[in-house]
Amino acid sequence: METIKLVYPVEGGDLIEAGEASSQMKLTLKKLGLPQDVIRRASICMYEGEINMVIHADGGEATVEVDMDQIVIRMTDHGPGIPDVEQAMKEGFSTAGPAARELGFGAGMGLPNMKRYSDELHVETQLGKGTTVTVRIRIPQ
Amino acid sequence: MMKHSVVLDEQRCRGCTSCIKSCPTEAIRVRGRKATILADRCIDCGRCIHICPHKAIRSVGDNLSRLQDFSYCIALPEPALYGQFHRLDDVDIILNALLKIGFDKVWEVAKASELLADRARQEMKHGGHGARPQISSACPTVLRLIRMRFPKLIDHVAPTILPMELAAILARREAVAETGLAPEKIGVFAIVPCSSKVTAATTPEGLQKPVLDGAFAIRDIYLRLLSPMKDITDPEALSTAGILGIGTAASGGEGTARLGGRCVSVDGISNVIQVLEALEDGRLDEADFVELFACTQGCLGGCFNVENPYAARMQIKDLMKGLPVSRNRCREGDQALMLRDKELQYLPSFLLDQDREQAMAKQLKIQELEAHLPGLHCGSCGAPSCHAFAEDVVMGRASEGDCIFKVRAKMRSIAAEGDPDSYLPAPFRHRADDTVHKG
Repeated sequence: METIKLVYPVEGGDLIEAGEASSQMKLTLKKLGLPQDVIRRASICMYEGEINMVIHADGGEATVEVDMDQIVIRMTDHGPGIPDVEQAMKEGFSTAGPAARELGFGAGMGLPNMKRYSDELHVETQLGKGTTVTVRIRIPQ
Repeated sequence: MMKHSVVLDEQRCRGCTSCIKSCPTEAIRVRGRKATILADRCIDCGRCIHICPHKAIRSVGDNLSRLQDFSYCIALPEPALYGQFHRLDDVDIILNALLKIGFDKVWEVAKASELLADRARQEMKHGGHGARPQISSACPTVLRLIRMRFPKLIDHVAPTILPMELAAILARREAVAETGLAPEKIGVFAIVPCSSKVTAATTPEGLQKPVLDGAFAIRDIYLRLLSPMKDITDPEALSTAGILGIGTAASGGEGTARLGGRCVSVDGISNVIQVLEALEDGRLDEADFVELFACTQGCLGGCFNVENPYAARMQIKDLMKGLPVSRNRCREGDQALMLRDKELQYLPSFLLDQDREQAMAKQLKIQELEAHLPGLHCGSCGAPSCHAFAEDVVMGRASEGDCIFKVRAKMRSIAAEGDPDSYLPAPFRHRADDTVHKG
């Protein structure tokens, strides 16, 4: 079976629109009849990733690959990169600015949530170049 | 297949495609110059009724002649009815007028709302049960939307039936005791603000069997009420509900009637979908109760109302002046009556295939086809978007040749002379057209 590939551009600087990709992906996954719990976990990861890309990196792109065994979400941006990934993975740590905090973001739960709801999380980052966060969610048979 | 109250007037529909994009569940297609509604996708939200420029999509309540089928008839006015009249300061005038147009008794849905709110308060006192936040079960369109698109949230929906359903059960029980008639000789009819409740009257979401005999549209009753209302100077005291019950006509009312907890109140179908997405991802966990209405301003925005929802809201507020806060307490023995006797079940209307492998294969075909469509979402094929069209083709509801761009490709191959582009309407032509700027 070929892998289904979905691509969602994420606009930078637009916190109001953030969450759009997650909601579109969710509808497609529902049409495929994936288990509810898998859909929920994928959509939480996507949502957190979207918010991160909007707040920290002026947007980016999310690609989703679905096959019978797993969902792989890859979120790529060309932002400033993460200086200390270990620190960024800690709950409560955030470098979000005042505009994002005003809206209730910046609780430092983005990456920790993605780790918690995925089966595998991988962060690739280069200072000044950008970041790619990949999450894998296995589909129980 | 379920019966909907949203219907198409074939004579009026010109197949203009205005409606197809407004539908939140993509339930409308245009075929043979007429809109058709995919019955298993329609949630009776009434968006298409508001949008249709030819007034060809309508919703019909029951005909008032139905009253003649019964020896004794009870009107169950929804509180939204009270908001339709200018400068009215007494609900009793409406209730008395209902008795003059063919009903033998009036039983307010607002009273049932107060009973349900009292039950909710008692449940809260005992810590509540079920998944949190709890979602209101008052709007049948929202219930169908959740069953279709948000099955994971079914556990969050309050366990109670619609206020008009509770009103019907209690009103019939009382009338049997008072008149000695058999229950089936008694006609119980709600007077409702929207198409969704007409559908719900005969096809309940949470009850095995319907408890109403029908539902009349507020706008059909409204004109009949005006003249008897003028003649009523000293109305009999029939009103049984207080501020909390009447307040449920508008969004926010049900949350207010709970007298506590953190409530979120959402109105308008696209806002409802947005909040359901958030709830599904656990992004609104701090709320205790979420009130969701398909219509703007809640039931006052339903397509059967006469008055615009904002003015109606003001009129409802005027009517509340001087009323007690609440006049109804839920009795221990009636608690069971208030609960659904049928579980809300997942409606797989969006599912591409029961078999996941098949569904994935279809999804691949849909994407492959969509990649070769123009992405204009012009609606010429009768589907709301290129994606929906690709889905229709793969699901066997349309054929690839229905796309005007595919038609052009065909024309180009058979046209011996002339520019096939010129046969197409301006938005679809390849070459630039500067007539717009020439004014």
